[in-house]
Amino acid sequence: MSAETAQNARGSGGASLFSDQRFRSLFFQALVIGLLGAFLVFIVYNTAHNIEKRGIQTGFAFLDAAAGYDIAISPFMEYTATHTHGRVFLVGLFNTLLVSFLGIIAATFLGVFLGVLRLSPNWLVSRIVYCYVEFTRNVPLLLQILLWYAIFLALPSVKQSITMFNDIIILNKRGLVLPEPLPGDGFMLVPIALVVAIVASIFFARWAKKTQAATGKIYPVFMTNTAMIIGLPLLAFAVTGFPLDFAYAELKGFNFKGGVVIKPEFTALWFALSLYTAAFISETVRAGIQSVSHGQTEASEALGLRPSWTMRLIILPQALRVIIPPMTSQYLNLTKNSSLAVAIGYPDIVQSFGGVTLNQTGQAIEVIFITMLVYLTISLLISAFMNWYNNRVSLVER
Amino acid sequence: MSNASTNTSKKTDEVAIQLNGVHKWYGQFHVLKDINLNVQRGERIVICGPSGSGKSTLIRCINRLEEHQQGDIIVDNIELTGNLKNIDAIRREVGMCFQHFNLFPHLSVLENCTLAPIWVRKMPKKEAEEIAMHYLERVKIPDQASKFPGQLSGGQQQRVAIARSLCMNPRIMLFDEPTSALDPEMIAEVLDTMIELAETGMTMLCVTHEMGFARKVADRVIFMDGGEIIEQNEPEEFFNNPQSERTQKFLSQILAH
Ligand SMILES: Nc1ncnc2c1ncn2[C@@H]1O[C@H](COP(=O)(O)OP(=O)(O)OP(=O)(O)O)[C@@H](O)[C@H]1O
Ligand SMILES: [Mg+2]
Repeated sequence: MSAETAQNARGSGGASLFSDQRFRSLFFQALVIGLLGAFLVFIVYNTAHNIEKRGIQTGFAFLDAAAGYDIAISPFMEYTATHTHGRVFLVGLFNTLLVSFLGIIAATFLGVFLGVLRLSPNWLVSRIVYCYVEFTRNVPLLLQILLWYAIFLALPSVKQSITMFNDIIILNKRGLVLPEPLPGDGFMLVPIALVVAIVASIFFARWAKKTQAATGKIYPVFMTNTAMIIGLPLLAFAVTGFPLDFAYAELKGFNFKGGVVIKPEFTALWFALSLYTAAFISETVRAGIQSVSHGQTEASEALGLRPSWTMRLIILPQALRVIIPPMTSQYLNLTKNSSLAVAIGYPDIVQSFGGVTLNQTGQAIEVIFITMLVYLTISLLISAFMNWYNNRVSLVER
Repeated sequence: MSNASTNTSKKTDEVAIQLNGVHKWYGQFHVLKDINLNVQRGERIVICGPSGSGKSTLIRCINRLEEHQQGDIIVDNIELTGNLKNIDAIRREVGMCFQHFNLFPHLSVLENCTLAPIWVRKMPKKEAEEIAMHYLERVKIPDQASKFPGQLSGGQQQRVAIARSLCMNPRIMLFDEPTSALDPEMIAEVLDTMIELAETGMTMLCVTHEMGFARKVADRVIFMDGGEIIEQNEPEEFFNNPQSERTQKFLSQILAH
């Protein structure tokens, strides 16, 4: 309101309203919103009209109907053909989350590692990474997924499986078979110990920071916490008398029974997504580290800070700000790229729910709508997390 | 004590820095050629010379930002070798200011100053902050303590950089063209800070082309060209009666401005 009076006071007076900057911008915004609204109304009306005319079923009742088809990979919940399309949705969703989550983790570690190697003063190392990055970035992801899938399918058949460690690990064209862990009595203590160790680490880190501020003494926080997080669960495991058995897979008839099977569809997709995204992440990391001028390192070292402290206190905090925003978009890309699963039949949400269920029920609008909503939600969650993290590391400047 | 013509000199007989036959190469390029230099404690030395003559390289060798390949460098009785302990010890005693300040942009002015005392000297935060405020007052910007480097003028930034070095309580200060990235009106404020510092008896090695500063505070002016020390003398003698032809040429160019 005060802005308005100020505007009048400035005395644009009764002159053409259209040359007023504020009015003009309001006018165009209103125009755009109006056109958009009209377009939406038209689409909705038109679709509803056509659906009615052709007698297509609408609504979400199909979610409760039996799906009637099998899904090969459902690690988190039981699934058979008699389960509903709603269950298919959940299975697909979890498969998408699984491959995206593991992909993001693998791509991050590999990407950071490669990014640092790329800056290595060793000519050969840096060249090798350069070639890797250029090759991976410039070949379409779909081809890479198909390539990995072909490689895994070219493994020996079940009868000629490659076995390792006395038949404990078995590899063939149907997948990688690992022993299934069977936790016994008292095993619960191990995850509890892990949680305790993590909580204790947080407290120790805070305490160490306070103590340093008060007395100047510096504790090896990272080493202590790592030891605690690894050591405490191991200790609990030993104290309870190693309550863990394994069920080993055995060849019965034409296939292995028992054990945990990791399917080639999953591995191929996971490898391809991780390796492809890692190439982009490594470039991001390299650019981030290079964006911090060498003068920062020199100033820090001239003050007597060790290289490891210089990295931690000076270089990384500045590099992270440059790295995180593009890193976010790499995570989003990986998640969305996981929908290429459809090419090799990994049952992610697009292949199962958005593919087979859609074809069987014919309710394209609902299915696509739900699937889009899923990606939108995942993406927004990743963005929100990364923005939160970015705000934490960037704090204030200028 | 001193026999220098400047009566403010705090020069003593104790040796602070000793360079014996120092050579350095960048690949094939011979940057420093047989440098011999003794700096007394409390002595103020100004190094000048044309661009590319190796001035920066010389003072950067003293705190091991550059490695020399031949000869000895002894700082504060500690010999500079590949030994990391010695390098750490020397860097704790030697402060340095850069042409482009090199403040840490993600830390506040106060944090810039307390970082090294906290991590290198293992000082409690409060004590480090008190010391930082003391030196920020000495460079006359205590009111900027909570700001970030990007919010300060160039002159203020360079004064923060000086305060940051002083917080480590160094016995020797190195300056590499501390005023050459500054506008004329800011040069004076930084030079004033440096003059005050000189009056406290700090051992100073300063690469600069500010000849007024050299006349006022230097005990000795060193002229370098092509990686060699061509001539060194007390300021009056150096400016009024340069011996070598190259020095004469350089001085005429620089004073012509
Ligand atoms: N890292 C390096 N690699 C190769 N050559 C270098 C490197 N650093 C400096 N030089 C060369 O060494 C010579 C001396 O450099 P130095 O920076 O010491 O000169 P300077 O006297 O400080 O010059 P200026 O007045 O321009 O700062 C220059 O010719 C420069 O090109
Ligand atoms: Mg220089």
